[in-house]
Amino acid sequence: MNLEELKKLKEKTQRQVSLREGGKKYRVVVSMGTSGIAAGAREVMTTMLDEIDKRGIDDVEVAVTGEIGLTDAEPVIRIEETNGEQTTYAKVKPEDARQIVAEHLEKGLKVEKLAVGKPKDKE
Amino acid sequence: MIRAHILVCTGTGCSSSGSMRTCDALLREFKKAGLEKEVEVIQTGCMGRCDLGPVALVHPDGTFYHSVTADHAAKIVEEHFVKGRRYEALLPKDPVTDSVINTMADFTFYNRQLRIVRDNCGVIDPEKIEEYIARDGYLAFGKVLTEMTPEQVIEEIKTSGLRGRGGAGFPTGKKWEIMRAAPETPKYVVCNADEGDPGAFMNRSVLEGDPHSVIEGMAIGGYAMGASRGFIYIRAEYGLAVKRLYIAIEQAYKYGVLGKNLFESGFDFDLELRIGAGAFVCGEETALMRSVEGRRGQPQPRPPFPAQRGLWGKPTNINNVETWATIRPIILKGAKWYSSIGTEKTKGTKVFCLAGKINNTGVAELPFGTTLRQMIFDVGGGIPNGKKFKAVQTGGPSGGVIPEQHLDATLEYESLQKLGSIMGSGGLVVMDEDSCMVDVARFFLEFCCDESCGKCPPCRVGTRQMLGILEKISHGEAELSDLDKLESLAVTIRDASLCGLGMTAPNPLLTTLRYFRDEYVEHIVHKRCRARVCRDLIDFTIKHENCTGCSLCARACPVGTIFRLSGQKKYYIVEEDCIHCGACIDACRFDSVLKTSDGNDHVAPPRPPALELAPGLKPRTLVTT
Repeated sequence: MNLEELKKLKEKTQRQVSLREGGKKYRVVVSMGTSGIAAGAREVMTTMLDEIDKRGIDDVEVAVTGEIGLTDAEPVIRIEETNGEQTTYAKVKPEDARQIVAEHLEKGLKVEKLAVGKPKDKE
Repeated sequence: MIRAHILVCTGTGCSSSGSMRTCDALLREFKKAGLEKEVEVIQTGCMGRCDLGPVALVHPDGTFYHSVTADHAAKIVEEHFVKGRRYEALLPKDPVTDSVINTMADFTFYNRQLRIVRDNCGVIDPEKIEEYIARDGYLAFGKVLTEMTPEQVIEEIKTSGLRGRGGAGFPTGKKWEIMRAAPETPKYVVCNADEGDPGAFMNRSVLEGDPHSVIEGMAIGGYAMGASRGFIYIRAEYGLAVKRLYIAIEQAYKYGVLGKNLFESGFDFDLELRIGAGAFVCGEETALMRSVEGRRGQPQPRPPFPAQRGLWGKPTNINNVETWATIRPIILKGAKWYSSIGTEKTKGTKVFCLAGKINNTGVAELPFGTTLRQMIFDVGGGIPNGKKFKAVQTGGPSGGVIPEQHLDATLEYESLQKLGSIMGSGGLVVMDEDSCMVDVARFFLEFCCDESCGKCPPCRVGTRQMLGILEKISHGEAELSDLDKLESLAVTIRDASLCGLGMTAPNPLLTTLRYFRDEYVEHIVHKRCRARVCRDLIDFTIKHENCTGCSLCARACPVGTIFRLSGQKKYYIVEEDCIHCGACIDACRFDSVLKTSDGNDHVAPPRPPALELAPGLKPRTLVTT
């Protein structure tokens, strides 16, 4: 093995451990309370994970949380960014989840038609 | 996509409390919940909190769980991973404030640490070289082989100020330079992993948690000093570390970071393990080399030093596990960065082992210059059960005991030496007011006496004689002149012994005599042991105010010397026959058994007439001591 090969190998293996190092740009939080699960939050999340994997997006972590109080709007997804900005998407269907990954997480563009409330900085 | 990792410690501490079963149970539960493609279970090395084991860390949120036995797996999976809330029952509590600690970063034990050597420990799976490579593994070795000359490497290590972590603190760069200058070939590099101090497990934690860092350090050292063959000398008791080293070496060969023509530079490096049989003296470098050669482990006079005539008469460099593991970060981040950490005389960090009467037991890495007080009361979380701190022993069985008035001393080679102790391997054994200093000295001396190889008389005969006198003191049979004898023996052994074992064996005695002389005098003159430890100087009585007559003490007494008066419920201990084992204290649920050490003032209560056996007990022959 030479140094070039080692560096390439490092890049390949980095994904495996980068989750433990933190510092991801996006944090997706899926509300997984009873009403969330009933409305299909699990399916939404697995679709998202699948899409993130397909697109090979690295700079994101996905977490689950309990009921956040928007019971009638479930499934609810919140995307937090390192700069403090938060976007909440409501009534997300699996195909919407794919779109959110493609637009928001890959290109950095919000999917306005699914977003609810106002982003903090525009109030 | 894997959204979370649960890192389960599989170091020796946690696996002996069942972490392997926890891993299996977690895998099973994840499968049951349909999460096996979302969450990954990673087996890591030691996270440093062996007393809380099995411990687990969840990423990315950083939640730290303790006592995660297999029975808890289902609950953790359901709460944390399905519902997304922390499973509170297994979150640790701060020993001082009693508040719940959510994440590793909130834990004082962790957030005061600076991890350089243990950077990968508890973060990567030590049995997967890929994870090590992902964390810049073997990059330093590649850099050294392709961009640096051996002289530049030695210069870098010299500038970093790194000192040998084996105990003596000799500058590593200088050692390497001497070795490089040795004319004879072939040369060898050796890793001393014969960690033998009771209460020290920092090397084990590195070997179990990040074996490749040691291998990489040795390969770099081999290149710098012109050695193409290395040995890791490790004790057979470290079964898990041995296993992981074998795996690591095999993987390193497979990936081409060990073997021939490494990084296309023409440099070859081969590494083998040598398993020791666990003799304490084999941690001494000359004895270690003899053991590597397959001979009986006994020290040799120095000079010649190993760098002149070592393994099979050829130049040999021996460094400690921690020293080797520090090479990689120095090469990667630079000598300047490394030398900015620590103190003026001692750079970098040291891995310490906290043990004894302390809340947070475990492995912690801190910069040199940390005071004993910070170490014990911040990182260690203080003394349990509201007891008072009495002393701390640094540097293993041959280290000294440091009392409370020197708690602000810094953890550094020189400052500890000034107090009569040593840095040693970095073990810290904390003692509270219930520890008797005579007993402590006797205990550690007994260890050194047992482990003396018998080659030189000062150590072989001297430690035995010292032990005899100490035993006399703890039996209350000594005279004041014995203290002078002890001191002169100690100084002779220290000055005349062949190797470090004998030279440092008197340290616990010398320091306890220096700081706790009054306790020795009390034992000798007043026949009193204030910590109520020395068996022959304590008495047991039953307080009748609290005694309910339950007979538990009488049943627990191994010599059958607890009776009750006929017609009464209260119990009595017949003092003449008591062997002072303390079984009655442990048995009593009403705090009725009193342990005292009144020494000369003690008046034995008269033996009450008409004693009766406890109900259900058979009469036994009374044993007298």
